[in-house]
This record gives sequence, structure tokens and C-alpha cells, in this order.
Amino acid sequence: MWYRRGMKYGRFLMLAGLVTLGVLGTAGPARAGKGVTLLNVSYDPTRELYREYNDAFAAHWKQEAGQAVTVDQSHGGSGKQARAVIDGLQADVVTLALAYDVDAIAANSRLLAPDWQKRLPHNSAPYTSTIVFLVRKGNPKGIKDWGDLLKPGVQVITPNPKTSGGARWNYLAAWAWALKRELGDLKKLDDAKQAAAVAAAQDKAKAFVAELFKRVPVLDSGARGSTNTFVQRGIGDVLLAWENEAFLAVNELGPDKVDIVVPSLSILAEPTVAVVDANVDAHGTRKVAEAYLQWLYSPTGQQLAAKYYYRPVNVDRVDPNLLARFPALELVTIDGVFGGWKKAQKTHFDDGGVFDAIYAR
Amino acid sequence: MSLRPATAEPRWLRTLLLAVTLLFLAAFLVTPLVAVFTEALRKGAGAYFAGFHDPAVRAAIRLTLLTAVIAVPVNVVFGLAAAWAVAKFEFPGKSLLTTLIDLPLAVSPVVSGLIYVLVFGLNGWLGPWLKAHDLQVIFAVPGIVLATVFVTLPFVARELIPLMQEQGTEDEESALTLGASGWQTFWRVTLPNVRWALLYGVILCNARAMGEFGAVSVVSGHIRGKTNTVPLQVEILYNEYNFVAAFAVASLLAMLALVTLAAKSFIEWRMTSAPASPAVPGDPT
Repeated sequence: MWYRRGMKYGRFLMLAGLVTLGVLGTAGPARAGKGVTLLNVSYDPTRELYREYNDAFAAHWKQEAGQAVTVDQSHGGSGKQARAVIDGLQADVVTLALAYDVDAIAANSRLLAPDWQKRLPHNSAPYTSTIVFLVRKGNPKGIKDWGDLLKPGVQVITPNPKTSGGARWNYLAAWAWALKRELGDLKKLDDAKQAAAVAAAQDKAKAFVAELFKRVPVLDSGARGSTNTFVQRGIGDVLLAWENEAFLAVNELGPDKVDIVVPSLSILAEPTVAVVDANVDAHGTRKVAEAYLQWLYSPTGQQLAAKYYYRPVNVDRVDPNLLARFPALELVTIDGVFGGWKKAQKTHFDDGGVFDAIYAR
Repeated sequence: MSLRPATAEPRWLRTLLLAVTLLFLAAFLVTPLVAVFTEALRKGAGAYFAGFHDPAVRAAIRLTLLTAVIAVPVNVVFGLAAAWAVAKFEFPGKSLLTTLIDLPLAVSPVVSGLIYVLVFGLNGWLGPWLKAHDLQVIFAVPGIVLATVFVTLPFVARELIPLMQEQGTEDEESALTLGASGWQTFWRVTLPNVRWALLYGVILCNARAMGEFGAVSVVSGHIRGKTNTVPLQVEILYNEYNFVAAFAVASLLAMLALVTLAAKSFIEWRMTSAPASPAVPGDPT
């Protein structure tokens, strides 16, 4: 009797083993089959855009090259995603929030050529975005521009610039607006004769941003977290947000709850894309990966970007109704005002930088 | 005046204690559970089931099942071996071994994930070798399974060790004296002696394997439809404003928890009502 029971355990274990092998077998190697698979490692708010773009590109590539292509997506915070690619996530292409994160991949691994940003038009940014305000329905606090954020009793919601790419844009946009207010013309930044005036303006801008961050009751770690704090939990009077996130929040959570306010000046955010050289060469996917990114600049790619509230860079053949949704405003660039990402990152956001100094007080 | 036991508390105190306990349970356990199902069914059963038609959700469920199907047997074998070694033998470093088995419970899941990034990542110890041989461990299924095995490692062993220590080695010695081989002794004496504790460990191990978030999140890479487990998929759906689907998938995990609790109670009942020493094997035909 006990012998039989022993057999039962044995059979059970064998069965479990066979089931394991069977399931493993069906899971199979991901790159098997006739078609080709790309992995696009992206940041948080592009999910909806790439879901539609991937289908459109698959149809286009089938027609063009006669090859079936499946594009897998991975989304997360931009900095975290760059880290994962450095650690070996097999991205064929990266489509991240800012050039700084793609630079991080080039700097910390041998996966990507350092001149990656010159390989595609418009600094490898096929679409751009900017920072706008989301306010409560009817704008009860009368917020029109950056200066209104310091009105008494106004609470501002933004994620933490130490962890969030979007929050760094928020911070720099506020800084640029304060500089413009002090200098009148941002061209003075490059004028050696105005050095004293510029230094004074930088101090004023620092004071403005410091005052702004005193009005932030909750500093979430990412953009989606801040959106949820503002809309779901009802905290704060104004949310500093990506333009595309703001539109999406209005659509998903109800136009009866929030309004978008466009400030007089904001920053040109350039989400950048790159083919990860070492990975595409290992996978044999270079040709299709390059086509995948280039096609983002095509009329179809640009139209889709506009549909999901990214500002297209080639507007010629994009539906004017889509373009009408993007209000005109003065957009400054990070290269023009802050001397590029590397410098801005070092001055403002690295440990011991300006943000640490003003937020610690 | 009637006698009452010296330890009995006044009726009002008992009522108060019971009320506090029930209120606490209601606030911290029952309400969230109800909320999960309410949110999941907010737009009706159709929307609830529609959540499961998403290929990414199905892939997540398959991956979670696959992970559990691998991690649980691995931990059964490890747990039995470790418990056997600790309970039946004397060797130097024994208390160190029992402490080490508890390590995954003490360490934060994020660290559990990061150690695999450090070992198998492209810049990790084995990274270059793995790359040269075109093997992918982290950001792929093997990494998810490894991280899960790590965090679930203590569950089976911890159930078995105290029981096997308590039972001692007499039954096995008798069997060996009567001419059984080591293997026969294991199948016919040791395993039946511990079967309920083993099953208990398996159930806890399985619940954790299917529910693990932190460690798996670090090594997953979050590739939609490929390396997202059910808990990761819940987070993704929530972040995509897809609340009904998020809570529908979360309700799967909640149901897993309820089934686990039911199974656990049943086994506890069996362990106490049928003492775990049916080791008088009667007639070994």
C-alpha cells in the first residue's frame, strides 16, 4: 500500500515535470517564425501613440518589403527605461522622453554610437511637446501664466525633477519664463556685454523657481502619478504637465473636470528616438529598425503623432484640424537657454545642484 | 452569587475587544477586497470579462502560471532537501543554513531583483559571457522565474523543518532496520509523515509566486505581452486609465488569495484533526 502511494508521488512529480516542459515548449523562442520582431523601449505617455503607429507600420512594411513585422512595446519612466537598456533589455529602438536619457545609454554602454542624435532629422526628435497647465474647471484661481502660480493660496502639482523627465521640463520652463521676464529678450543670454544683467536675472529666476516649489504639496515620482494626484485625489489648483498628457487627462477623465491653460512662454520638449546599434546588429534587424524610425517622419507618422497630441515636425501634410488643437506660444529650447541637457542636468538636477539647494530650504 | 472563572473579563470588555477587532478587519481587509470587486464590476459583467480578452492580459496570465509551475516544484525539491538535511543530520553551520533560508523574507524585493541585474545584467558578472553565447536571462522569462524562486524559497522549507525536527529519525531508523532502502524510506515513511505540512508550504509558495511584484518588476523589462506577469499587468492597466480592466485582473489575484486561504484552513484542519504521524504503515503489501 505504501509502495503504491510512493508511486503516486513519483507519478505526480513526473507529471509536474512534463507539464513544465510542455508549457516551456509553447513559450518558445520569441524570435522564431518567418516575420521579424522589434522591441521599442519607450517612456510612459507614448503608449497610445505607438499602439496605433505599430499597426500602421506593420502594414506599410508588409507592402514595402514583403516582410511581416511585430513591434513589442515596453513603457516606463524614461530614466528607468534607459537604465534597463544599459543593463541588457534587448531594445531594437528607444523612443525616450529626452536626449539626456539616450545619451546615458551611449555614455554607459557600447550599445549606441555617440553621434546618434545626428542620424535623424530635427535632432532625432520626430515630434515635440511642451509644458502647459491643467487647472480646475472654469479656472477658479484665474491662472493665465507662470507668474500667477505664485498668487496667494495657489497650490502647484508637479512630479519630482530628480526622478521625472517631465518634471525637469516643468522646472526649466518656469526658469526660462522668469529669465524672459527679467531680461525682456532671451538673446541677451548670449551677449557678453550683458553678463551682469544676465547674472542678476538668473538669481531672480532661481528665486522664482524656489518660490514655486514651496507651493508644491505633493512631489510624485512620475508624471502619471502627478496627474492622478491632481485629477483623482483632487489635490492642488494647477498641474504642470506635458501637453499630450494634459490633453489625454482631459479626454480620459472628463472635460467637465479640468481645463488646459497655455502660458505665454514654455519650453520645446524634444522626445528623441534612436536605433540601438549593438542590439539590431545582433538581431539582424537594422534595416527594419531604421525604417521604423524614419517612417515616424512620414505624413502617416506625423499625422498619428498629431492625433495623440504630439506636435509634428513636418506639418505640410498633416490634417489642419489636428494642428488647430496646438495653440501658438513662444517656445524656447534647452540648447538656447540652458546650454544643452548635459549642462542643465549638472547645474540644476544632479546631487548638490540648484534644485537640491532651493528645495532643501 | 455565582462563581465565575478568575480569568474571565467583564462582558463589556469582551464586547469592546471583539468590536475593535472586527472594525479593524473590516477597515483593512474586507473593504479593499470589496472595493476590488466593486470597481471590477462597475460597468457590468460584460466589461469585466472584456478585460480578459486583451492578448496582453492573457499573456500575463500564461506567464504567471508558467512561473508558478516552475518555481513551486523547484522549491518543493529544495525545501524537502533542506528540511531533510537540517532535521535528520548534524553538521557544522546548520544554524547558519536555517538562517540563510529566511534571507529572502528579510530582504526587500527590490534588492532581490537587483541582485539578478548585478549578476546577469549586460554589465553584470555573467553579462559578457551570456551575451557571447546569445543567452538572455534578465528582461526575459528565465530572470522572472529566478527572481520568483528566490523570493519564494523559504516557504516550503520553513513549514517542513520544525515538523521534521519534532518527528525525529525514529521512523526512518525503524524502516531501515526492517530492510528498506534509503529511497524507499523517503517515499514510504518521510513523505507521508510530512505531507500536510508540505502541501501547506506549497500553497503559500504558490500564492507568493503568483503575486510577487517588486522583484519581478525589476527584472521584467515590462515588454507588453511577453514579460509582464499578472501583478505587473494590473499596474500597467491602471496607469493607462483602464480602471475596469485593472481591477478585473486584480480580482483574479484577490480570488487566488481567497482560494489560498480556504485551502490553508482546510489543511490546518486536517493537520490538527488527523495528527501528522500516520507513520505506522500497517501492512506494506
